[in-house]
Amino acid sequence: MDKKRKITVAVTGLNAVDSPGPGIAVIRGVRDGKDYEVHIIGLSYESLEPGIYMEGMADKTYQIPYPSAGSEALLNRLEYIQEKEKIDVLIPNFDAELYNFIKLSPKLREMGIETFLPTAEQFEARDKVNLFAFCSKNNFYVPRDKTIYSTSELPGLVKEFGYPLVVKGKYYEASICQTLEQAQKAFHKLEAKWGLPIIVQEFITGTEINIAALGDGTGTTISAVPMRKLFITDKGKAWAGVTLEDQSLVDLAKKFIKVTKWKGGFELEVMRTVDGKPYIMEINPRFPAWIYLTVGAGQNQPEALVKMALGQKVKPYDKYEVGKVFIRYSWDMIIDIAQFQQVSAFGEN
Amino acid sequence: MKLYANIAVSESGYLFNPMNGDSFSTNPVATDIIQQLKEGKNIEEIKKFLFAKYDVEKPTLERDIDEFMNELKDYYLLDNNG
Repeated sequence: MDKKRKITVAVTGLNAVDSPGPGIAVIRGVRDGKDYEVHIIGLSYESLEPGIYMEGMADKTYQIPYPSAGSEALLNRLEYIQEKEKIDVLIPNFDAELYNFIKLSPKLREMGIETFLPTAEQFEARDKVNLFAFCSKNNFYVPRDKTIYSTSELPGLVKEFGYPLVVKGKYYEASICQTLEQAQKAFHKLEAKWGLPIIVQEFITGTEINIAALGDGTGTTISAVPMRKLFITDKGKAWAGVTLEDQSLVDLAKKFIKVTKWKGGFELEVMRTVDGKPYIMEINPRFPAWIYLTVGAGQNQPEALVKMALGQKVKPYDKYEVGKVFIRYSWDMIIDIAQFQQVSAFGEN
Repeated sequence: MKLYANIAVSESGYLFNPMNGDSFSTNPVATDIIQQLKEGKNIEEIKKFLFAKYDVEKPTLERDIDEFMNELKDYYLLDNNG
């Protein structure tokens, strides 16, 4: 029997907390793959990201600079890491860090690190700020929205959209507001946390559905799995969810990939109205935290992404199991202070 | 009227709608109705079956079945084209 090729995969998003990053789910998918012997390098921002310490996940973790430090600082750090680890594939999992990784991807390739990311244009087109224009142009249902820089614009939007108003942060978080005061409060809170602009969106009533999908960069859909949240945290995150059978949702993801020639993983957040119209509420340019459900349902998206990043041809998945449920849980790990100290003081463990 | 073909029903009467992820627990009478619908029986046949099985007045049975069918419709479990 042939010996499996050894590969090293670096993954960010190890913050497996109540509003989790996708890193741990991505690692589990990659580790479940059958074709490679995988060595995992975790890339973290904080010393207390649980994924650093979880057994059987990252073999070694390095801290990397926050996205706000810029791409040069990130590159310097990755050069240091690459000298030691010889990373083959790097999978970034945060919206806020993606721009830097996309920008650096040619340099990373020169260093021997492959990524499988959308282009800067694809990344920008689906940004919250451009979502309405992008969806309108490509005939997707989308709620009306407006990008604003001051609370003085809110009263006009109340007249235009009515209540409730959805007030959204540039990268993350949203508040559903029933009064002008609530909207103003949400504006200031989101501005302080994520900066300007703030996006104000029309509220659409319906069933919230999420689709995790993977495009090969030429317009072909490698995988698309729709999920409905069964239990939602106060931060709006899925704590449990179930795979759905609905070809129209899979077709929606396929249409998105065809139109954009999307390269990499992404998540469509959809609100399906009573009359069946799928409104695109948001497009996240990376795998969602629930991506391991796609593995459980028979479509291992993280594994497929790694293969494509390594230049392998991947056959599109054509079926998945409906009615597969994921349930997240919390777990207290016990570690020694020395482990924490190692990460905290030296930025690696 | 028929249940959507892809509605999953367990023997204990647990319903899962794979199109929207809704799931329901049903009581024994509702389980009977659903099983009959699954077998392709029409309303009249279902009424006859329940009337024979349960000790119930005909008007009460008719009203309850109508209400239940409306509930199934409200929860998007009935295929109107079926």
